[in-house]
Amino acid sequence: MRERTAREIGRGIREKRWSAPEAAEEFLREIAGRDSQYGCFITVDPELVLSQAAAVQRKIEKGEYTGPLAGVPIAVKDNICADGLRTTCASRMLQDFVPPYDAEAVKRMKEAGMVVLGKTNLDEFAMGSTTETSAFGSTKNPWNPEHVPGGSSGGSAAAVAAGLVPAALGSDTGGSVRQPAAFCGVTGLKPTYGTVSRYGLVAYASSLDVIGVIGRDIWDCALIWDAMAALDRKDSTSLTRSDKQMFPLSDQGLAGKKIGIPKEWLEGEADHEMAAAVESAAGIMEKLGAKIQEIRLPLTAKYAVPAYYLIACAEASSNLARFDGVKYGYRTGEYQDFHELYRKTRSEGFGSEAKRRMLLGAFVLSAGHYEDYYRKACEARKRIRGEFAGVFQDFDLILGPAAPSGAPRLGESLGRPLQMYRRDIHTVAANLAGLPAVSLPAGLAQNGLPLGIQLMAAPLAEKTLFDAAASYQKEVPALVCPCRKEA
Amino acid sequence: MGEYETVIGLEVHVELATKSKIFCGCSTAFGGEPNTHVCPVCLGMPGALPVLNQKAVEYAVAVGLSAHCEITRVSYFDRKNYFYPDNPQNYQISQLYYPICRNGYLEIEGEDGTKKIGIHEIHLEEDAGKLIHEENGGGSRIDYNRSGVPLIEIVSEPDLASAGEVIAYLEQLRVTIQYLGASDCKLQEGSMRADVNLSLRKAGEAGLGVRTEMKNLSSFRAIAQAIAHEAKRQEEILSGGGRVVQETRRWDENEGCSYSMRSKEDAKDYRYFPEPDLPPLVVSDEWMEEIRGRIPELREEKKARYRIEYGLSEYDIGILTESRQMAEFFEDTVSLCRRPKETANWLIGEAMRLRKESGGGNGYFSFSPKHLAGLIRMVEAGEVNRTTAKVVFEQIFRQDVDPEVYVKEHGLGMTGDAEELREAVRQVLEQNPQPVADYKGGKEKAFGFLVGQSMKATKGKADPGKIRELLKDLLS
Repeated sequence: MRERTAREIGRGIREKRWSAPEAAEEFLREIAGRDSQYGCFITVDPELVLSQAAAVQRKIEKGEYTGPLAGVPIAVKDNICADGLRTTCASRMLQDFVPPYDAEAVKRMKEAGMVVLGKTNLDEFAMGSTTETSAFGSTKNPWNPEHVPGGSSGGSAAAVAAGLVPAALGSDTGGSVRQPAAFCGVTGLKPTYGTVSRYGLVAYASSLDVIGVIGRDIWDCALIWDAMAALDRKDSTSLTRSDKQMFPLSDQGLAGKKIGIPKEWLEGEADHEMAAAVESAAGIMEKLGAKIQEIRLPLTAKYAVPAYYLIACAEASSNLARFDGVKYGYRTGEYQDFHELYRKTRSEGFGSEAKRRMLLGAFVLSAGHYEDYYRKACEARKRIRGEFAGVFQDFDLILGPAAPSGAPRLGESLGRPLQMYRRDIHTVAANLAGLPAVSLPAGLAQNGLPLGIQLMAAPLAEKTLFDAAASYQKEVPALVCPCRKEA
Repeated sequence: MGEYETVIGLEVHVELATKSKIFCGCSTAFGGEPNTHVCPVCLGMPGALPVLNQKAVEYAVAVGLSAHCEITRVSYFDRKNYFYPDNPQNYQISQLYYPICRNGYLEIEGEDGTKKIGIHEIHLEEDAGKLIHEENGGGSRIDYNRSGVPLIEIVSEPDLASAGEVIAYLEQLRVTIQYLGASDCKLQEGSMRADVNLSLRKAGEAGLGVRTEMKNLSSFRAIAQAIAHEAKRQEEILSGGGRVVQETRRWDENEGCSYSMRSKEDAKDYRYFPEPDLPPLVVSDEWMEEIRGRIPELREEKKARYRIEYGLSEYDIGILTESRQMAEFFEDTVSLCRRPKETANWLIGEAMRLRKESGGGNGYFSFSPKHLAGLIRMVEAGEVNRTTAKVVFEQIFRQDVDPEVYVKEHGLGMTGDAEELREAVRQVLEQNPQPVADYKGGKEKAFGFLVGQSMKATKGKADPGKIRELLKDLLS
């Protein structure tokens, strides 16, 4: 079962080759047996999973669930609320927090008949690129446990790669779905900002956050996105989709498509193996009928990373202010007044990366600095959007790396935060501009770790993006993590 | 104060009368057990998101239009960041950079005639919860029922020069907002709160002096006292050669003085930035015209119309238009009975007296205009006399009785049958030979006595004029 895609598992349930509880049990066994090596999951409640799976099975038999995902297990990143399961955000601050509601995305998953298998590890409050800032310990890359799985949705990506679950939800604020998917050799989808409701996603940076999907391939990701993406009145930034007929995905999705490759993205941060992987992917796409052309994104190349960190940290400093020990979550033991309650609770409850970003954010919003930093970052963002809008007048897609290289080793990133931030160069632009993007496995580096490329499209052009990715993946089949064979 | 003149600007917070909160569906009802009108949004739970209440926007726009403001067609919300336990998110959603209404004015009757008081802006924001401190170090509790109740903050220009003008402006604001139904504007209950910015300058100077901001003013009386006190305090400082410190002060109503809360140097940096969870607030032409179309006739328009249509005194018009409920009650009654002066007399006299007696404030009358109109018609037709009518009115006021039914059931109808009345008066004369003799002997006082006796004999239901006529006839 662990080699199967979500839709194959769903089909098996519909065809009565196995049941939803059987599928759930099998993945629970995988987690119980193998997750101790990787640390993908923070919370798994087998009883709840099995009772949900049994309930779903009854509804399948009654004909209430007929969709392709009914009965399929899915993991949920632990910054997305699911009723009755604690949502920790991998922070001491929320280590015992149990939300009394489902995130809209989770609700829609459940309405499609999916079974929430458990909550996956992440960088604390999704702040990080390695899943090492988690208060629950770091997740290991299943391809090589001495390497990070990427982040912040590292638990979700590693779980899918290791075959502990067929698919998982992540959140992508600056690359947090695409980059770990690339590091773990699976497919990561960051949809257009606003297509999936953020209600119930614990906010890191509200104007950039979007819930995405990590799966075996683009077909699974597209199916799950399709089940989640809908206008939600509870999220005022939610959008109406514009795609008319999403399925089936075309296998001619690259024919006649104009694809730009930003020159700047193959220089600088990107290592030569990564650049070569992009060149080779471009060759395959050309063979499939695409027209490839080098483009330039000078503003994006120069300003995307600083603009991203200024805006994300500013919003984070405000979004995370609510964690103060007054209403829920961690509270310090002793305090004299509420100032001390705040100070001690927040000093003890947050890890250092979260503190760094909140302090940076508070600084750039403060009187005397707002104009110099925050406002300028917003201006840069506007221009970056403009730059992409210009490109998409002439091009259907943009191709680039999903990260500068494969996964770094554990422990080599956090000590040099600025270097770590710079490595987000290829992913943050899609968040600043609200674009849909996917990362797709593109072979292995010399060290045996996966490399990932990224395709981006214009806002709401999911159909174009998915069709192109599907055509590519017909030619370049999904990678199989050796750990799935060894186990 | 000869040497200095007072310059005052007001920041007035008004709770809007929406049924639900500004960013979630929770009830705004006053009272309620602590933390019963709450949800993930107004508790600041992780993952919860605000959704703007359109009704709150409509009220704000209606107030803005009534105060001659420009409506900002694309306005934005901003986050005001500060840590305080009554504020569940530790930021308040407000509007700093692009408030919904700007550049308006209200007219007041000042000491030198009509004066325009500029309104700098009106912005939308959310209220906070309430901290409840227990006695004897028992700790603090928080009730979030008020968290997320919609507010507008109306910021005036520094155009006010005295406590009198401030009260007149607040009255004008209050009446306007009440007419719009946008709030009940009760200072005591906190649905209207005014902060007073006050500075002094040498008479005739153009610039502004250093100002202080006074908070915790819970009645018009407190506002007037605080203004007088603060003007005097600043004058003493200035005439002693000192400098006023820019600060926020708290008025202590019991002590009759104010205390410094924080100076400008301690002023918080709220780190405002645009609220990323809410899209720009767009007020389209259609929406604005729809809101404008729903604005009722306001007090000044009503007053002008009453002068022409009803020919009432300024005093009567003033009282009848004090609240929209009163005015509408008056108009409804007049439309039924066509007797404006009579209607005004009943409402201003008996109705207000009874309301005062029953301890009611500016609430609605609970009886039907139809019944008052009916009573007015019965008096005019001579079916009841005025004394009886007052008794009947009290029953209308208290129990909304139908006057015709009530009069019939209680036998209060005026004795109209001439023969019956003549017989009754004749009997009175027979039973009182002495007063009759006195009257005939020239004692006019005895006549009054005989009128009284006749009224008594008819149980007050007869028309006193008729009785006089009969007596004169029978005694002649």
